[in-house]
Amino acid sequence: MIKHFLNLEWKQYFRSSYWQKSLALNILLVFFALYFIVMFLGLGFGLLFILKKAYPDQDPFVIANSFLFYWLIVDLMMRFFLQKLPVMSVKPLLTLPIKRSTIVHFVLGKSALSFFNFLPLFAIIPFSIMLIREGYETAQILPWMFTLIIVVLIINFLNFIIEALSSKTDLPFLPLLATVGVLYGLEYFGIVSMTSLVGDAFMGISNNSVLILIPIVLLAIAYAFNFKILKEKLFLDSGLKSKVTEVKAADLSWTNRFGDIAPFMQLDLKLIWRNKRTKSSAFLMLIGLLYGLFFYTQPIYRDSLYAASFVGIFSTGIFLISFGQFIPAWDSGYYKMLMSQNIKYEQYLRSKFVLMILSVVIMFVLGIPYVYFGWKILVMHFAAAVYNIGVNSHVMLYGGSFNRKKIDLNQRAAFNYQGTGAVQWIIGLPIMLIPLVLFTIGNIFIGFEAGVAILIVIGVAGIVLHKKLMKSITQRYLDSKYKMIDAFSQDN
Amino acid sequence: MIHTKDLSKAYNGTTVLNIDELTIPKGQSFGLVGNNGAGKTTYFSLLLDLIKPTTGRITSNEVVVDQSEDWKPFTSAFIDESFLIGYLTPEEYFYFIGDLRGQNKADIDALTSQFEDFFNGEILGKKKYLRDLSKGNQKKAGIVAALIGNPEVIILDEPFANLDPTTQIRLKQILKDLAQKQGVTILVSSHDLMHVTDVCERIVVLEKGNVVKDLETNPTTLKELEAHFSGSMATQEEE
Repeated sequence: MIKHFLNLEWKQYFRSSYWQKSLALNILLVFFALYFIVMFLGLGFGLLFILKKAYPDQDPFVIANSFLFYWLIVDLMMRFFLQKLPVMSVKPLLTLPIKRSTIVHFVLGKSALSFFNFLPLFAIIPFSIMLIREGYETAQILPWMFTLIIVVLIINFLNFIIEALSSKTDLPFLPLLATVGVLYGLEYFGIVSMTSLVGDAFMGISNNSVLILIPIVLLAIAYAFNFKILKEKLFLDSGLKSKVTEVKAADLSWTNRFGDIAPFMQLDLKLIWRNKRTKSSAFLMLIGLLYGLFFYTQPIYRDSLYAASFVGIFSTGIFLISFGQFIPAWDSGYYKMLMSQNIKYEQYLRSKFVLMILSVVIMFVLGIPYVYFGWKILVMHFAAAVYNIGVNSHVMLYGGSFNRKKIDLNQRAAFNYQGTGAVQWIIGLPIMLIPLVLFTIGNIFIGFEAGVAILIVIGVAGIVLHKKLMKSITQRYLDSKYKMIDAFSQDN
Repeated sequence: MIHTKDLSKAYNGTTVLNIDELTIPKGQSFGLVGNNGAGKTTYFSLLLDLIKPTTGRITSNEVVVDQSEDWKPFTSAFIDESFLIGYLTPEEYFYFIGDLRGQNKADIDALTSQFEDFFNGEILGKKKYLRDLSKGNQKKAGIVAALIGNPEVIILDEPFANLDPTTQIRLKQILKDLAQKQGVTILVSSHDLMHVTDVCERIVVLEKGNVVKDLETNPTTLKELEAHFSGSMATQEEE
């Protein structure tokens, strides 16, 4: 049975139009993977020396254990936002003579093979080898190493439990943020020392290897719980069938002042509000807004204008990036209809453009209180907003014409909790890095004012050329019309 | 009204549609029948400029459809559920299409009120999203949306499939009225020979992308079509 599943997986992956059309993206992903592997290997081999240098009079093994708490938290956070439970289209399998439990075991087993689980091994194993070479007891280090590997798997399954439970809420990342926040708070304010608690637990296992049974039992529990959740969803009427929700209509007549693009704006606003995926990209704005607090409250970053330029681009552009990169795929479900309707492409695109611009302006205005941390930060944010409006918005629209991946808004596949994966964030990187580089060039060679001026001038140039740019972007969309219709009407 | 000349569509060298010449006059109700893969949906997709013809052209009201977009204001269509916007209610969807076709809310309300019978109380005012409706009700909404804005050409792919018997009969009446009283050109494809002979004045049979029969509907047409399709079944069995 597993052989059949593997065969299906293989075909699904290599026969999807997505794979065939985004080879470059896949290569980029491989590069990122290699980069992280090298980083972790370096960490694994170098950590012992780093710890010895930083804490010369303490036992590096104990120190390493005391940092494990932070690793657990960061790992959980990263996974929540980047890792998805592998999706398998189960509907066709339900009526075939396959045990439901086999399907669930397969999906869960597949998730254990995720890159996220292998990556820590590149650090854990070399570090253990280094410790043994350093003279630590093998009988002490080996159980410790295996405990870490088990903990990685526990986090893997714990993450899916959190995703499954929180996906039912409107703010899917709040429960996780709250949990992590509380844990971190306990540590930070010295109420309960989580670091020594976690550290002691690992020390305990390495001193008494029988205790390794505890994490093994925890892993079994996490797996069993996942199994239970997923098995319940494997019925047409629960996980696969959509829930019927009553419509809550909002008055959107204020959009009428935008003239001929009003129908599209109303459609877009409904699109954002009524679909889970788009809604979470709207809620990302909240994170983008608070993102500055993370940097500016720390003196090292407050004085570094590079942090400000990054925060500026990121926080004013977060909706632009998360929404913009899926234009026009958001409309892929009914793209055929739009193309046969009496519409002007330019109006359709302009509506998306106005929406993105509005989000940048709103995010800038809401971010004005950051002036508390220094007027330069406000100036920086302003320059970033202008750059986002003038350049990144057009780049996003232009990039959209290469979009060939359908988004199924109606889809509630049993295992599909989250919309965005690692790929989407990588696409966003150049959008944020290029203005950072531009600013840096100006800042280093002439000064802060020059760096800001570069961003503003380029941004204003984009705004001035808006009509021209839109014309060529529209032409791009018209040229790839047939290809887009074809790609959007394919599944996967 | 609609003139097709030397039209062909090939995918990777395999020709799926090949029509030398086909003229559909204004106000005709035109039926397209054929087995799966005969090219019905391909022809409609070409009419709507959703795919590019390999050779030839379709001219609709003097407009070459793959060169100008001027055919859009007087053409409307419902091909499949992908023409619906799942996260809108039926009313919102009608208003949206109305906006695109220059109709205000009052126009739309007046139009949809004529179809209360057709909707059977399951579409309007239900506060449900289109994605939550059953397949049949989705189809009803899509068909009525294709009637918005007084189009001169209406294209419906398989309009009778998925509909319950009562609705099928009502739909036939609606389509007949449109063609006879309002002079609308209607293009319908169907697998149901009886329905299509009821509705259409003219029936064209496609087979492997070619026009093999072009009939004016008369009382013997249904018999002739049935004979044709059971005959083609027999020849296929011989192959």
